[in-house]
Parts: sequence; structure tokens; C-alpha cells
Amino acid sequence: MLLSAEQIEALQELGQRIASALPDAVRETHMSKDELVVSVNRHDIVQVLTLLRDDPNCMFKQLVDVCGVDWPDQDERFEVVYNLLSLKHNQRVRVRLTTSEDQPVPSVVEVFSSANWFEREVWDMYGVVFSGHPDLRRLLTDYGFEGHPLRKDFPLTGTMEVRYDDEQARVVYEPVRLTQDFRNFDFLSPWEGALDPAVDAAARALPGDEKATG
Amino acid sequence: MAQTEIKSYNLNFGPQHPAAHGVLRLILELSGEVVERADPHVGLLHRGTEKLIEYKTYLQALPYFDRLEYACPLNMEHAYVLAVEKLLGTEVPPRGKYIRTLFSEITRIINHIMNTTSFALDLGAMTPMLWGWEEREHLLEFCERASGARMHMAYYRPGGVAKDVPPDLLDDMYKWCDGFEKFMVDMVSLLDENRIFRQRTVDIGIVSQEDALNWGFTGPVLRATGIPWDLRKAQPYDAFDEMEFDVPVGTTGDCFARYLVRMEEMRQSLRIIRQCIEKMPDGPVKADDKKVTPPSRPEMKRSMEALIHHFKLYTEGFKVPPGETYTAVEAASGEFGVYLVSDGSNRPYRCKIRSPCYAHLQGLDLLSKGHMLADIPANIGSIDVVFGEIDR
Repeated sequence: MLLSAEQIEALQELGQRIASALPDAVRETHMSKDELVVSVNRHDIVQVLTLLRDDPNCMFKQLVDVCGVDWPDQDERFEVVYNLLSLKHNQRVRVRLTTSEDQPVPSVVEVFSSANWFEREVWDMYGVVFSGHPDLRRLLTDYGFEGHPLRKDFPLTGTMEVRYDDEQARVVYEPVRLTQDFRNFDFLSPWEGALDPAVDAAARALPGDEKATG
Repeated sequence: MAQTEIKSYNLNFGPQHPAAHGVLRLILELSGEVVERADPHVGLLHRGTEKLIEYKTYLQALPYFDRLEYACPLNMEHAYVLAVEKLLGTEVPPRGKYIRTLFSEITRIINHIMNTTSFALDLGAMTPMLWGWEEREHLLEFCERASGARMHMAYYRPGGVAKDVPPDLLDDMYKWCDGFEKFMVDMVSLLDENRIFRQRTVDIGIVSQEDALNWGFTGPVLRATGIPWDLRKAQPYDAFDEMEFDVPVGTTGDCFARYLVRMEEMRQSLRIIRQCIEKMPDGPVKADDKKVTPPSRPEMKRSMEALIHHFKLYTEGFKVPPGETYTAVEAASGEFGVYLVSDGSNRPYRCKIRSPCYAHLQGLDLLSKGHMLADIPANIGSIDVVFGEIDR
């Protein structure tokens, strides 16, 4: 959907209003592809979402989605993203915060009931802990599953596989054995990357470059 | 007189149960025959789609979306291609937009036929399913003629659609519309006034407006409570802003209202289909950006440059500038959104799929509390769950 100039302006105004209403909680607000993104402090998330829900200028009555993103290189590697929708003002806002494995995020189930399963999924997939969640069980993975599959360091093939064993007459769990290694193609082209000043030298380096420099 | 004490006990419903619409395991806490708590255990169909997408190029990731909600595949694809287009900044030509709008509505009808008739089947009515499936087959045939596949079409592309529709298809669709109107009359005569159907659905699973918003309900489930919210109207995408249609709402928020909303939505979809065919513009069906859309076959045979583009597109794929977007469409069951994060490479860094049924199933406990065990299939049927999408 393409937004009109007024709608974009309204979103920017909304961002400023949120930032001035909660100056201690909001780190920054910016527009990304015509979408309003609000970065907040982890421990203030309940306060921020309550304001967004109840303030007459916001009225974000629906928490549409909560999801995690993994950035392994950052200090606080996980990002938790909340997507909200206001039916009254026909606006969307994205609230995000960062956390790490051992830093719990306050649960927002009290503010939006729909957060229950979304937070359980983020816990299941990334291992982000939500404090105060009424029922933080795994949701999508198998009973007794270990690990958090959507982390970038979790192998695509997984670690365990199951099959039905005729002799034991039951389903058995075994470590994954691959007859062929998983192939990960590197599409980085020396012709494109080498000339792009936006790519820094370390990322541009390709196997065999050392021959040229000696 | 000896007093009998009714103890509450747990009942395991599924994972293999025909009324569960897939692999749903439901732990029900019952007091006699009254449900006190319903705890859905999902994930039996979890395939790790989001993880797989991170290891595929943008184009290779597209067919996974058909396999999410396999009842209305093109709506899912629509959300994905819109998200990719937003990050790329690609403009789709008018004919491409119209074809996508047309097929979105066709899959909406496919989904609603499947949902309403299997809902009736869950409640003991067999005939609607047999009748409905016949109409559904015509629609799947149209999809096959356009894309080559009945169900997993993989027809939309970032920048338009894969190929233009064959010459007679639009005429045949237009003819089919009249027959479908008659079918709808028959369908209504089977169910709307049916005593058993009404007994099983009216006042069952009532959701208030506040609860519906609080629990993240969207689509027909939200509209059945009386909130006229439809993303096709509120945040129109592709050609929906040029279409004339109404947004049906219910008044009671119960299973019957959800059924009625879906029935009326099918008639509205039919209106959109007719308008699309009448107003269908001529011209190309995909964007003229050789870095995103492949060249035509004849061109590829003659032009060296086209051949290189073709090779690059199908090996490396296109690179998407860094950024992130949450793009949502009105899928048949509600708001289907894709949160796409790009790091500038040829593969999505993160692709979160927001499925409407996921939120609906979460609210099953809310819907079912205090109802009889026999009302559970009615509730499950009325929220239109498809497990390909919930478990991902």
C-alpha cells in the first residue's frame, strides 16, 4: 500500500508525540519505508504498549504480531519486534527492543491477550525469556525438543531426526546423518563487490585474494 | 439418595480427528460435558518454513507461501510479493495488478467454499460439501490454466505475475460467474434456514468486539462482531482501490454470523471478479526491470544480454536493498502479514509470517469456555483454521 503525503506526515507526528510522551522509555523513532519504527528500552515495553493502546491519539487496539530477529554479531543479539495496528486511525506502528539470552523481556500479555502465543513462539524459536508470562511453554517444536531453531547458529538440517523402528516397534530419535553435506552457495561476485565503495574491504575479500597482494 | 459427584476430566481431541481441519491436538478439560478449558497443542505440521526461507533466494522462497494456507495460496503469495516489491521499489504494470487482484478473489472464493462447506460437514450436513466441491473444481481449473498447477500455483512474482493468462480464460471465468450465482442460491437454501444448522451455530462461540481486538482476530471473525475492517478497503493494495464492493459485517459475533459473513464475502468477491474482467487493461504483466523480472523466452534466444540476465536471475537471484517492512493483505481468513528484513544480499535475512489462523486458534479457549463438547467442532470450523499456516 502506498501512503499519501498526509498519512506519512501523520505518522511522523505520531512518532514525535510518542517520543515526547515517554522520553525515558523511547530511544528513538524513525521512518523506514513509510513505516513508523519506535525503538524502546526493554524494561519499559509494557508502559509503551499501554500508552499506544489507550492514548486517544494512538488507539492501537490490536497487537498484530510479535516476532524475534537474531543478529549474532551484536552485544544484545535478539531483537523483539511488536507490530501494532490502529483501526481507528488506520495506522501501523512497529515497536522494537533488543535483548540477549539471559535478559528477560517483560511480558505484555496483560496488555494484549494475543501476545500469549506470540511470546511463546519467540521463546521457542529464539530462546528469549519473557518475565511474567503466564504459561511460557514451547509451542511449535516437538515435545522435549532442545535448542532454538530460528537462531542463526542453529543448523538448517536440525540436530535430531525421527523414524519408525520396526524392531523396537516405536518411533526412535537419532542424530541427523546426511549422505551429502548441505551446500551453501556463495554468490558474492568479485566483479560487483570490488567496485562498490559501500562494501568495506574485509567483506570484499574473496578466497584467492592473497595471491594478488602477495 | 446417593449423591453422584461429577469429576472434571481431560479429553484428548486429535491430533488425527476429521473435525480438527488438520493436525490439531486439543487438550480439553471437561466438567461433565461442559468444556472448562481448551488448550490447543500446535506444531505437528511445523516445517520450519521461516528458517528455510532464510536459506533461499527471494524467488525460491515464493513457493513456500503456497504451502502455508493451502486453501487460499495466492493470498499468501500476494503478501510476500508486495513486501519484496516494497523493499525493491518496483512498480507493477496495471495488467499485472488486475490479474493479481482477480486471482486473489478467486482463491478467496476457493477458500470460503472449502471453509463453509466443511464447516457444515462438521455439523452433520454432507450435501453442501459435495455441491461446493464441484464449483471449487471449476476455480482450481482456472488456476491451472493460468499457472499450470491446481493448488500450489506459484503464480505471482515480485514485479507482477509469472505469465499472462491464456486467451479464453477471462471469457470462461465471466461465464462461470453466472452459474456460481445460482449455486449460491442453492447453498443458502441448504443451510441458512436449516433447523439443525441453526441450532448448532446460533449463539455458539460469541466474541465481543473488545475481545476480538484484544485477541488479535482479523478477517471474517472480526467482521462478524460488527467491526467493518477490511484491509482491501482500509489500506488498498494493487487494484482494490478501483473496485466497487461492500464489506459485510455480522451483528452477533457467533458461529452463524461468521458463516454469513463468509457467504456474503463470496458474493462480493464475485463482484470484484466481474469488474476485474470488464476493466482488464492491456499491456505487460510484469515490471520492465531486467534485474528483477526474467526476459521473455524468445528474447533470451536472440539477445546475449537477456541470456545473462536470465542466468543471473535463476542462479544468484536479485539483490534486495537493506531494509525492513511489514506488509499485510486481507487473506481469506484474515490479516496475513509478512515481516521481511533484508540485509542487502540475495536472500531474506528474516521473514516472519503473521498468520491470521494462529491468532484465531489461540482464542479457541475464549470461544469454547462454558460450551458443550459437541460445540468444539463448530467453533473450530467457524474460525477457519488451516494448519499449514499456523505451524509454518
